[in-house]
Amino acid sequence: MGKYVVRRLLQIIPTLIGATLLIYYLNFAMPGDPTAGRCGDRQCPPTYVEWFNHEYNLDKPFLVQYVLYLGKLLRGDLGTDYYGNTVVHELATRYPTTIKLALIAVLFEAVIGLAAGIWAGMRQGKFIDTLVTITTLILISMPVFVMGGLAQLVFGIKLKWLPVTVGGQGSFYELLMPGLVLGALSLAYAARLTRTSLVENLRADYVRTAKAKGLSGFRTVAIHTLRNSLLPVITYIGGSIGAMMGGAIVTERIFNINGIGSFIWRSISQRDGVALVGSITCLVLVYLVVNLIVDVLYSVLDPRISHE
Amino acid sequence: MSDPNNDALDAAAVVTAESPIPDTAVVEASGEKARSLWADAWVIMRGRPLFWVAAVLIVIFLVMAIFPQLFTAKDPTLCDLTYSRQPPGGDAIFGYDAQGCDVFARTIYGARASIIVGVATALFTALLGGLLGTFAGYVGGWVDTVLSRFADIFFAIPLLLGAIVVMYSIPSSPESPFPLVIFKVVAAMALFGWPNIFRLMRSAVLQVKPNEYVLAARALGANPLRIVTSHIVPNALTPVLVVSTIDLGGYIVTEATLSFLGVGLPDTVISWGRAISRASDLGLIRQVPHMLLFPALFLCLTVLAFIMMGEVVRDALDPKLR
Repeated sequence: MGKYVVRRLLQIIPTLIGATLLIYYLNFAMPGDPTAGRCGDRQCPPTYVEWFNHEYNLDKPFLVQYVLYLGKLLRGDLGTDYYGNTVVHELATRYPTTIKLALIAVLFEAVIGLAAGIWAGMRQGKFIDTLVTITTLILISMPVFVMGGLAQLVFGIKLKWLPVTVGGQGSFYELLMPGLVLGALSLAYAARLTRTSLVENLRADYVRTAKAKGLSGFRTVAIHTLRNSLLPVITYIGGSIGAMMGGAIVTERIFNINGIGSFIWRSISQRDGVALVGSITCLVLVYLVVNLIVDVLYSVLDPRISHE
Repeated sequence: MSDPNNDALDAAAVVTAESPIPDTAVVEASGEKARSLWADAWVIMRGRPLFWVAAVLIVIFLVMAIFPQLFTAKDPTLCDLTYSRQPPGGDAIFGYDAQGCDVFARTIYGARASIIVGVATALFTALLGGLLGTFAGYVGGWVDTVLSRFADIFFAIPLLLGAIVVMYSIPSSPESPFPLVIFKVVAAMALFGWPNIFRLMRSAVLQVKPNEYVLAARALGANPLRIVTSHIVPNALTPVLVVSTIDLGGYIVTEATLSFLGVGLPDTVISWGRAISRASDLGLIRQVPHMLLFPALFLCLTVLAFIMMGEVVRDALDPKLR
């Protein structure tokens, strides 16, 4: 087990270096003026350009630039944004909101997704199965921003059940609708995966044995089948946090949430490259670490998988 | 649907080159002629209403993309501010948007950008991922290791995040010609989309490679190129085709999301993503919900059609479900 974790940690290093190199390259080595837009609509004064190039090591060869950037990154320095605040500070003030949002989304995904999937899987071919299949298909084909707009229109403006936008740090109540919207896509996938996995396992020999032993229907499903069926679903839910990072940019923009997603959106619209690269690198790091944790968890949950 | 990589999850496990030998055993019993895998799948698909719904929708949207004039006689670029924000009715069945453009005409003409981007990205990723995947799987050894680690790097960055950075780095100006604008979006998505197909193709090739008919071809002295093109690829291609179809829907969504965020297609190109973006301002949703509803409906239906088609084909090809 320990060996496996260490090996996975080592494997993540080349991926990390490659991913940050790619993002860094895309932003800083592209033709064009990196200081464009940093002085408003005007051209930047030459002294500022010189300072900027020096500060971000743009006057050095590309690989040296990158290594210096990586060194800064390791020391927790992501540069300063358009307003002169450090990107790390900006991210630190915003992440509690985004985490709250993601928490609501993941909870929603796990609870409703699993319930719908199990219900559909148990009643295979019945009405509820068809209903879940069609509903999830519709959810999957609906982009987050369409769902967000519709949710605002229906639940916020027409029915007035939930607040349409979020102010300040965002309370759980305010973040409820954005969280549901953010989690809906993954929910659909989780429900489908649960259903498929359950249907497959219900045909397994050990389930027949359990039934033959005379165990109650509930025990057969809850103890024997679910435990095995839910493994891939748990992996999926863990991995979906990565997809949510992308979705959060859109969700936070629609609902006016002051989180990491809206910070990224602000960086895009103000063409603030330093802030954009810093925050995206940060999200990719979170994504990689979450995936690592999920992989390790998987081997703990499923004793059949041995990593030695 | 913000990340097509998700599809690999349920699709990858599915049609990994099942039965290169068609189930002759079953067919013999019923006395029919042996059918190929695809002929079998066709018989199953024919009987499923979902297949026909998806097929009809796809045909409609393809025709809409190629000949938008067939659906509307109006010029989508002709906007009159005096009509601004008028609700559906009379001449304009979907109403007018904030600029006084006809929403129906703009929605119809918007199909072209979305469909071209979706189809081109799916083709591009299938080609790139398929070629590299076949190469890595067939050659194996250090080539495989290097290519796989290389793919891991692109796989580690979520599609939408990666595409945002690329599109941000190569912004489109309003003067950029239509093909260039489209190509940028396609390239940005393909850059982060190909590892998905690469992994799928590689594992399918690895499964097909040890089969007897491949060994036989090699023993007969067939050259590697022939073995790959006539024995391995045809038997390993199915999962790639299925996942590419499902991903196509995902790419359309990602393009619309990029356009929505303002880094995808510029305003000079009529697209559903930009239309929804402009309609999403809160004041507008309250006053002119039709500006949001109609492009959104078309976008969802297109994506739905491609995902549904991919799933029907996948189910029809999956021997476990027979």
